[in-house]
Order: sequence, then structure tokens, then C-alpha cells
Amino acid sequence: MVQPLLEWQAGRVTAIRPETRQTKSFTFALPKWMAHRPGQHYDVRLTAPDGYQTQRSYSIASPPERSGEIELTVERIPDGEVSPYLHDVLMRGDELEVRGPIGGYFVWDVRLGGPLLLVGGGSGVVPLMAMLRHRAAQHSTLPARILYSSRTAEDLIYRDELDGMAATDRTFEPFYTFTRQTPAGWTGYRRRIDAAMLAEVMRPFDSRARVYVCGPTLLVEVVANALVQMEVPIERIRTERFGPTGS
Amino acid sequence: MAGLISRGFLGRRRPAEVENRLPPGQYLVTDFPVLSAGPTPHTPLEKWSFTIEGLVRSPVTWSWQEFQKLPTQTYTVDISCVTKWTKLDTKWLAVSVDTLLEAVQVDPAGRYVMAYSDGGYTTNLPLEEMVNGQAFVAYQFDDKPLEPVHGGPARLVVPHLYFWKSAKWIRGLRVIERNQPGFWESLGYHIHGDPWKEERYSGD
Repeated sequence: MVQPLLEWQAGRVTAIRPETRQTKSFTFALPKWMAHRPGQHYDVRLTAPDGYQTQRSYSIASPPERSGEIELTVERIPDGEVSPYLHDVLMRGDELEVRGPIGGYFVWDVRLGGPLLLVGGGSGVVPLMAMLRHRAAQHSTLPARILYSSRTAEDLIYRDELDGMAATDRTFEPFYTFTRQTPAGWTGYRRRIDAAMLAEVMRPFDSRARVYVCGPTLLVEVVANALVQMEVPIERIRTERFGPTGS
Repeated sequence: MAGLISRGFLGRRRPAEVENRLPPGQYLVTDFPVLSAGPTPHTPLEKWSFTIEGLVRSPVTWSWQEFQKLPTQTYTVDISCVTKWTKLDTKWLAVSVDTLLEAVQVDPAGRYVMAYSDGGYTTNLPLEEMVNGQAFVAYQFDDKPLEPVHGGPARLVVPHLYFWKSAKWIRGLRVIERNQPGFWESLGYHIHGDPWKEERYSGD
């Protein structure tokens, strides 16, 4: 496959939407937009007046069906260098240098088939959301489930949209688990994702599922090891991790 | 387009002695992030082996026990991941690739190496960048056995290239004639991967 040259381009911020207390979604209009594959990311580069530069990578939340623009959902890291700038300083109309799309393994589109099992922790849900939005835009009925772990219900990103998808699509089902605090009357999962929970969510799919796991290292390790135990072929287990060991 | 000024961005500055060790676009970390494309392999040591094959007079394979008897060195090196983090002064106990190559006779036609790992990962390197102390196979990090998430029992470390070249869970080196893309190099990442030239992606 011939790779296109990835050039920096100035993306104009056309929308900023708060998602949760810690996360916001930023829409950038791109002069040289290129269709991405759900799961890919963009690099962002900031430049100070004296020429100092720094870069970070952020997952694309939008589906490739939204042409001409990309949406990045970014968690604000309190002691971070770039995410506080994006959250606190960047405004609609500003320009920001980006390049992408990047990454060719942690990707899924309807041509790859299903059933699709997505497992996310915290802001690890972002690339998974691009896959689900793409699936919905394609009116795909490939069975899909997401198991999404977050500290509290308030920290769930895209909850209304996920529930909305499930309400209109019987082939999709979201499962949430809360690790710190559960809402009143909550009857669902209330612990870190473990092998037993994974087996329950995966049951109708058995080992045929294509599985994408994104989140903190510990979550990804637990889930990926459990999937191997459940005899899911390793080439169907794709992972994306962030955070230090043991986080 | 080199550097559209980001309104209101000043950046986090480090002391010059640190700043000078960060390749372009990189930021400093003090923890040790984990990145991998799939599940972590857990090969038992009694089933582990390390092989040098391909364009060599006769291939060599070491068992874990034999590998432990090879002379080691301690390396303290800076490492840079294409995902933008750089970690300074990482300390490894390792066998130099020079030591491993002494056990075989490399065919003069062999100019590249494909490193291969448990789980099917591969990455390509020029042979001339593997020798003269530039690359090593490490099995201890910070005086402790290398953890599986960081590539244990043993990983390749090639500190002058982006860290995806430092194959985790390494099981061998195949000497080849022509440069061929490995796993990430086939998926849009740079065929060489020098952080100081910012060779991140294909075409950089």
C-alpha cells in the first residue's frame, strides 16, 4: 500500500463541546481532509512565539462519513502541557496544526465484519466511538457491544449517544461499569472489568468476535489476557494503551 | 509549514541540559508508558530461545539458560517513543548484538536484519546500525527482571531509533539482503525511524 505523505495542516476550530468534567470534543475543519479509518489518531503540534514546539497524539472520535472535518475528544490532564491549553485557551476560530490520520492496526470498519466487541476504560472510549459512529452511519447490523468502564456515571463520555444508538438499533448494546461510585438504583456492574464480566458481555459472540481494547495499561492487560484464555485468536485482539505501568 | 504560532501557548520549559536531550516534538516522562498492538505474550522461560538465522553461515540458537551465560553489559540510555514521550537514563542489563553476531558468520550480502518476536511482531533494521554497541538484547530493567508488559523476558533495545524498533518479546534476528518493512513499517510508520530527524511516518 502506498502511504500518503502526512503533512502538517492548519485545522480551524469550528466547535468545542464539553463532554464531561474532564473531557471536551473539538471539531477542526481541515483544508486537506483525508478519510480516516475508525480507530486512527491525529498528531497535534503547538508552537510558542520563540519557536518552542511540542506534539501529542489524540484519537479521532468522528466517523470518516463526516467529511472535511475531524472531531478529537481530549481529556484534560491536570499537570499536562497540551491538554490544559486545548481545554482552557483554545477557542472557536483558532487554528491549530494537525497531521494525520495515523495508525493502521487499531482500526475497524464494516468491511472487516463482526461481531464487534469494544472494551474501553475512561477516555479510551474515544477511538471506539469512531468505530460505532461509523457503524451507525453505514446502517450496519453487524452485532456490536461495548463494555465501558468509568469511575462514575458523570465521567461517562458519549452516554446519551450510546444509549440513543441502542434505542434505535437492536443489534447494538452498551454495558457500563463504575469503579468508584454508582448512581442511585444502579443494577449494573460496579467493579473493574475482570474476566467474568468480559465473559458475560461476550457470551453471544463467543470467540468469533473482533475485539478492540483501549484504556489504561492495567485494564488492557487484564482484558487481553482474559481474551487469550477464552481462546480468541490473537490477531483478532487489538489493543491501544495509555498511562504508565500499573496505573 | 513550520510552526504556526499557537495563540497563548508558552509551553513547559525544561532546563537546557534536559531540553537538549529531547528529540524534536518529544516530551519528557518519568514513568514508563506501555504501548503494544495486541495481547502480551507469556512464554515460559523453558520454552524461550533466541536465534540468529538468515544470511549467516550456520544459524545459532540459545536456550534461556545459555543466553544467561553470555557476557552482559549495563547500558544507560535515553529512549524515545514515536508517540512523543522520551525517557532519560534508562538502565538495562543486556547482551550486546555484537556478542551475538560473534557466534555466527554473517554473509557479506546480509545488510539488513528483521527482528522477530513472540506474537508475530517484526521490525526491520540496517545491520550497520545494530553493531558497534548500538543495539542490545536486554533482560533486566532497573536491576529487576524485565516485566512482560515492557517486553520481558527479553527485548531488543536500539536507543538511537524510535522505540518501536526495540522489539519486545524478541526471539531472534533474521539477517536479510534487502530492506523490508516490519509490522509498523507496513502500517504507515517510517522505514528507518531516527527521532533526531523526526522520521515518524512514511514519507517524513
